[in-house]
Amino acid sequence: MENQSNQGILWEVFIQANAGIPHKHAGSLHAPDAKIALMNARDVYTRRSEGMSIWVVPSNAITASSPEEAGSFFEPSNDKPYRHPTFYKVPEGVKYL
Amino acid sequence: MAILNTQSATFEYVVRLADNCLVLGHRLSEWCGKGPILEEDIALINISLDLVGRARSLYAYAATLNDKYTTEDHLAYRRDVKEFRNSLLLEQPNGDYAQTILRSYLFDVFSMLQLQQLIKSKDQTIAGISEKSIKEVTYHLEHSKQWLYRLGDGTDESHQRMELALKNLWRFSGNLFEKNEVDDVLMKEGIAFDIAQLKSEWLAIVEKDFALATLKVPENMFSQTGNLQGVHTEHLGYLLAEMQFLQRAYPDAVWD
Repeated sequence: MENQSNQGILWEVFIQANAGIPHKHAGSLHAPDAKIALMNARDVYTRRSEGMSIWVVPSNAITASSPEEAGSFFEPSNDKPYRHPTFYKVPEGVKYL
Repeated sequence: MAILNTQSATFEYVVRLADNCLVLGHRLSEWCGKGPILEEDIALINISLDLVGRARSLYAYAATLNDKYTTEDHLAYRRDVKEFRNSLLLEQPNGDYAQTILRSYLFDVFSMLQLQQLIKSKDQTIAGISEKSIKEVTYHLEHSKQWLYRLGDGTDESHQRMELALKNLWRFSGNLFEKNEVDDVLMKEGIAFDIAQLKSEWLAIVEKDFALATLKVPENMFSQTGNLQGVHTEHLGYLLAEMQFLQRAYPDAVWD
């Protein structure tokens, strides 16, 4: 990702809503450095108590799969329903599955 | 001035605290939609809302301490320049981002030190509001400080702009530490504390942060006062004219 004008670089923001659950991608923002990115993420994405932990990652540090590879990457699993653990009962008290 | 008792002095004191928050809160709200980048626009408005919220709590309390202004809105919208007691620093125009950041930074350091004393106030409402505000101000200070470092110790242009902001604003910062007979009455009661004693601590923190931002405290600069007598710079009148317009033109207008 190139540095666009003088708005700083692009950062991806991940928010953890509660203890024990994964950080989820919330969106992106511009900031000149990590410290400011974290503060901006706090203001842009957690104003309404959405989270208790924030990660910011420079967008250019993320390696993404490309749409052209989607066929070889994902389609082979389409005809393998036995990989889905649908035959198990979830024990009581297990949260966030 | 009428002879002060504890209640009328507390009223004056709480209004003074609230005016600081409202005037800076309004100034920051002027950035809404005009921030240098979207992220900072939102950051400043968040801070602005915290300040206006704190002003509101304080005005609501002050309204219970006098007979003339019976609601928080009357205190915010129906007083003229001469009745405002905010520091001259806070009414100064936004200028560029350097000036906005420096103004907030100087106030945030002050605010933090002031609140750390006010949580010990014998007045439970002042202590309570201060307790709640400390967390907000901790973040405000972090925000303004981080930008102070980056603009002061950034590019040639950002450094020059910070120096200009310092030249424009420094003379208005000394009056943050002004006190008068209101303080004398309340200090005896343990409600207020001696604000002048914070100045050396404030200056030490500011000098330390300025060094990291490659800035210097101006020497021998004239210090302007007058706010506790209601004598303000010309900017406050314009600010109030805009902020109070609706309630002046349509008194007691409410959302339907």
